[in-house]
Amino acid sequence: MIEIRDLHKTYGKGQAAVSALSGVDLHVSAGEVLMLMGPSGSGKTTLLSVMGCILQASSGSVKVDGLEVVGLAESKLPRVRLKHFGFIFQGFNLFPALTARENVELALKLKGVGGAGARKRAAALLEQVGLADKLKAYPADLSGGQKQRIAIARALAGDPPIILADEPTAALDSHSGQKVMEMLAGLAREDGRTVVVVTHDNRVLHYASRIVHIADGRVVKPVAEEAKKEMAA
Amino acid sequence: MNSVQIVIVCYKVYNVMIALAWKNLIHDRVRLAVTLVGIVFALVLILVQFGLFLSFMDTSSNVVARSGADLWITAPRIPHVNGGSPLRESYRWQALQVKGVARVDRYNLAWVPWKLPSGAIESVSIAGFDLDHPMGGPWNIVQGNLDDLRSEDTVMVDELYKQKLGVTRIGQIVEISNRRARVAGFTRGIHSFTTAPYVFSSFKNAQNYAGAAMSEDQSTFMLVKAETGADVGQVKAALQRKLPNLAVFTNEEMRAKTQSYWVFQTGAGVTTLLGALLGLIVGVVVVAQTIYAATMDHIREFGTLKAMGAANARIYEVILAQAAISAVMGYVMAIVIAWLVSRGSQDGNAPIALPPELAIGALGLALAMCAGAAVISIRKATRIDPAMVFRG
Repeated sequence: MIEIRDLHKTYGKGQAAVSALSGVDLHVSAGEVLMLMGPSGSGKTTLLSVMGCILQASSGSVKVDGLEVVGLAESKLPRVRLKHFGFIFQGFNLFPALTARENVELALKLKGVGGAGARKRAAALLEQVGLADKLKAYPADLSGGQKQRIAIARALAGDPPIILADEPTAALDSHSGQKVMEMLAGLAREDGRTVVVVTHDNRVLHYASRIVHIADGRVVKPVAEEAKKEMAA
Repeated sequence: MNSVQIVIVCYKVYNVMIALAWKNLIHDRVRLAVTLVGIVFALVLILVQFGLFLSFMDTSSNVVARSGADLWITAPRIPHVNGGSPLRESYRWQALQVKGVARVDRYNLAWVPWKLPSGAIESVSIAGFDLDHPMGGPWNIVQGNLDDLRSEDTVMVDELYKQKLGVTRIGQIVEISNRRARVAGFTRGIHSFTTAPYVFSSFKNAQNYAGAAMSEDQSTFMLVKAETGADVGQVKAALQRKLPNLAVFTNEEMRAKTQSYWVFQTGAGVTTLLGALLGLIVGVVVVAQTIYAATMDHIREFGTLKAMGAANARIYEVILAQAAISAVMGYVMAIVIAWLVSRGSQDGNAPIALPPELAIGALGLALAMCAGAAVISIRKATRIDPAMVFRG
């Protein structure tokens, strides 16, 4: 689903240049829950941004569902994001002026789905994440866990094959974090979506199909199954 | 997707962006109130300052603009309408011989002393015109009529200056240039640019009040009415050839000359103009800062929209829609306040004009200022660090 080869990303120029990614090779398959781990500043978020076509790579190759996105014109990237990706953010990034349903509807409308169809689909997605009774609630009136579930519903609105999540459980209590991860794992397991999660949260590692460690802008090594269990324990 | 479907999708998305802009604005009412206060303050400042300037322009030359004359014959090199010099009546007969001239009326405009009931003296500008062909006469007469000025020693004053001139009613006897005068009527809204109010009377009465400054066969101006269908420019040229020692101006030229003198060659007009320009600059800065801050408040949301797949054009729509909605809301409030201020100022010495052109121009200016400020914000929004949306 995502094929990354010799990916480099450098911020700034000349002596001020800082290398964030230095030759990353990675393959993520459909139905997989890939967790990216590593210390702060290691390049995890940059990698996620490049994967999600939010940030342009300096060199290398990133293929999304067979489509080469490195070097793709800036004007074409929004369409790629719209078609292939759903994003979940650590800070939820909901629109405070919109209700839960409107937040989800907005994502649908960006896809050109409007009117009664959008309202119905938004309600169904919120029901799917257990928030059928919060359609008219504003983000400010909801708990962190509930906000993140709205964000998941919003990410699913465009029915994307790939979900990219940055620290989705960092701002949540243990119970809410587990619930959110169950949902994300379910999206991979039941719908065959690709789920990439950047996390520091050892409590959720057991949901991973694979864990990749990033350090100094490089993939250090995939974490073995036994080590993964140890970390989770 | 065919082109029709693309258009439908674009239309739906466009509407969503407008709706998002509206909800963004009304969601944070304190922020909206701050934004609107900034816009309203700026627009009222601009409207009042420019209204004051326009009013100065109008007031400085109102007797010319409403004279009804096509051409003015004056002494050479007069600075403005309030600075005429005596002309012999024989010029009038010469002017009447010129082809295309229908009528030439004598017109006096001179400063004369007006004695107040207290004994103090106020200066007034007496305007004497031909009652049979009232070029240069009063307008907006609210009490009395022009025929009342046919009686000897009768005058008409403006309601605005009743208190200043110690006048309370029609029929009141006053004293001008040590001569008896009787108030025969009142006008409304004839402001004077100088401290001397206009007082209208028949030409003969005005000559009498002017006293020694004006002999019986003299007047300060001659007002010309061209024949119907005659080319005023050609009539002017013919008059100038016939009267080479005098100056001939079209009504518009006389108005511009007078405005130029009072507004640009005296400190008052320039000060008002500078005030208007300063108001514009301050207004632009306030609106720009306000709109910029309002947009920056939502910068994270715009980043999220980008991540969700919204093209930059869609984000521009939200930002511009927010700016436009703010501009229109602020404009509506500002125009109501400016209208009230303008209305309240009409009875004072510094009336503030609010012509439709200024009101419409202010809407255009509000939209332009807000859009301009939004464009600055857009530049910022398009340079959002994508990683920003991933920060907690």
